[in-house]
Amino acid sequence: MKILVPLKRVPDPELKTKIKDGAIDLSGASWVVNPFDEYAVETALRLLENGDAGTREGGEVVVVTIGPSEAAQQVRSALAMGADRAIRVDAEDKAIDALTVVAVLQAIVAEEKPDLILMGKQAVDGDANQVGQMLAGKLGLPQATFAASIELAEDKASVLVGREVDAGVEYKRIPLPGLVTVDLRIVSPTAVKNHVTPDAFAYGDGPRYASLKGIMAAKKKPLADKTLADYGVTASPVIAEKGVELPPARPPGQKVDDIPTLVQKLVEEAKAL
Amino acid sequence: MPYLFETEEHVALRAQARRFAEREIAPHGATWEEDEEFPAALYKAAADAGMAGIGYPEALGGTGGDLTHVLASAEEMILRGRSVGTVVGLGSHFIALPMIVRFGTPEQQARFVTPCLAGDKIAALAVTEPGGGSDVAGLTTRAVRDGDHYVVDGAKTFITSGCRADVVVAAVRTGGPGHGGVSILVIEKGTPGFAVSKKLKKTGWWASDTAELSFEGCRVPVANRIGSEHGAFAMIMANFAHERLALAGQCVAIAELAYREAIAYSRERHAFGKALTGFQVTRHKLADMASRLAAARALTGECTIRVARGEMVPALCAMAKNVATDMCSFVVDQAVQLHGGMGYMRETLVERLYRDARLYPIGGGTREIMNEIISKAEGY
Ligand SMILES: Cc1cc2nc3c(=O)[nH]c(=O)nc-3n(C[C@H](O)[C@H](O)[C@H](O)COP(=O)(O)OP(=O)(O)OC[C@H]3O[C@@H](n4cnc5c(N)ncnc54)[C@H](O)[C@@H]3O)c2cc1C
Repeated sequence: MKILVPLKRVPDPELKTKIKDGAIDLSGASWVVNPFDEYAVETALRLLENGDAGTREGGEVVVVTIGPSEAAQQVRSALAMGADRAIRVDAEDKAIDALTVVAVLQAIVAEEKPDLILMGKQAVDGDANQVGQMLAGKLGLPQATFAASIELAEDKASVLVGREVDAGVEYKRIPLPGLVTVDLRIVSPTAVKNHVTPDAFAYGDGPRYASLKGIMAAKKKPLADKTLADYGVTASPVIAEKGVELPPARPPGQKVDDIPTLVQKLVEEAKAL
Repeated sequence: MPYLFETEEHVALRAQARRFAEREIAPHGATWEEDEEFPAALYKAAADAGMAGIGYPEALGGTGGDLTHVLASAEEMILRGRSVGTVVGLGSHFIALPMIVRFGTPEQQARFVTPCLAGDKIAALAVTEPGGGSDVAGLTTRAVRDGDHYVVDGAKTFITSGCRADVVVAAVRTGGPGHGGVSILVIEKGTPGFAVSKKLKKTGWWASDTAELSFEGCRVPVANRIGSEHGAFAMIMANFAHERLALAGQCVAIAELAYREAIAYSRERHAFGKALTGFQVTRHKLADMASRLAAARALTGECTIRVARGEMVPALCAMAKNVATDMCSFVVDQAVQLHGGMGYMRETLVERLYRDARLYPIGGGTREIMNEIISKAEGY
């Protein structure tokens, strides 16, 4: 079984956003794997392995990123977790939009023919939440988005995906090949079932740590450097960034002595009541 | 600023250490320090996260790598975990197990090293005695051969992780006086006659337990002796090189953390109508801290590269330890000063770092003993 995981690098979301000349200043940014993509890598590994025994027989996880040469570092971290090989398609972050990404991924899917495409539900930089949906649409593949759980059928011909919706959990079975985007809960201890790892086995919460051993092994795993042209794509983004500004600073809060004062202020100053 | 020796591999390892420390240590570190203990389950968590086996061969359950990886990961754990006691407690195996890795038999390595790296057992090194620590060749804990066993009588003190250790790597006297009569025995928890006599109260390193251990007619199998009989002195001395660099690395990390705390506080705190950083004297203080930190990091880094390459440089290790401990004492003191009254309060991180830092010119060989080593090597 082959699983393709597209992966994007994003500026570390923990760091404070700086704005310079109407754009986000990324000069001093440190970059990380988009967290939801990291969850997708973790999900792919859990689908293929015996988590209890710590072994895997067969299967392949291929990660793909579209980004500048520095993005190789984030790809390596997915390889260090256990992915098998990687493809990096060279492009500047600014020069591509979701449609360009979809066009590249479409070509890669045609070449790689994965059984399953697993992706993060969105990247936490732009929060667009559309590549997965558009890619499945373009490929004419069945899709299940925001997966909170996933179970690979014993015959490996379909997956059962649990999605958290307002009324509870909705289950969707999609035949493979297909596309699944994952949400945070997919990396909870028992969210991924594959009929290989014993059902009672509980993983640690969150994506696995890459050990130093994995980090060193990752250096020897294949990482193919490609260009947009290799996939017949020219970057002609239809979405352009016009400007970025921070929301206005909030006025400082006030402390009041008692409830009546609070109510009075809510009525008179905040006009909230 | 990272060490000069760091590669992309170290960057990736730091990212993992950071994640472990932020998740597993930082939220509880302050409580554990006040409680003078961290949960024993943390050893397993660290092992599962790949943090325990760094610097150990894969064949023994380690994750590979060398001293450079140990320093980088430990620094990140201190910076992000913000609990020095927890990190040094978790790391006590690093002073205890390397002797077994280097001089033990495969059977001894499987019994003692692998379970500790898997987080199933806790290791401690026991050299220091109530009667003295600097004079290792003068240790008096006796081990008398009786058939397939040694009968051990004596006491050890100031033993890091000693309260909970399953595997105590102890230096004992099997032979005559002086350095020619010392051997290493692994004494296991539960061996009759071996007891933790006291959990000690300390100035700093609170989250790390420190014990006094007693041995009375304690029968230890000869199979638990590491290396040759009476031949341990050189082993212990070789082990010290690694320990001292690890301690120097901790000093660099603690100082880096105190320095960052001092900058943040100086920017935020106002006096006489401006931030503390608005005073030139504050900026110069910070500049001095940064300069000494950079110098100590450079020497520690150089020495680490040499040791990782296999060079025997005990005097340089001693210099690195002294330079790093002096720097750290200075930096934490200045950081407390910049915090004013808050710097003296238990709720403030630099107050704790100030206490933690006091250990370093003492533990792992005192400042004076380091100078003895340097003097001998320089041949004055
Ligand atoms: C928190 C903590 C954790 C520790 N963890 C461990 C551990 O895990 N395992 C372990 O075995 N030990 C451990 N130690 C012990 C530590 O290694 C010793 O405290 C240290 O080696 C000094 O020994 P001592 O305390 O007996 O001091 P002493 O040897 O009694 O020294 C007292 C003073 O005399 C000075 N002095 C001694 N000899 C000379 C000399 N020749 N010339 C000039 N000055 C001299 C010393 O520098 C020192 O200032 C720990 C100590 C502490 C505080």
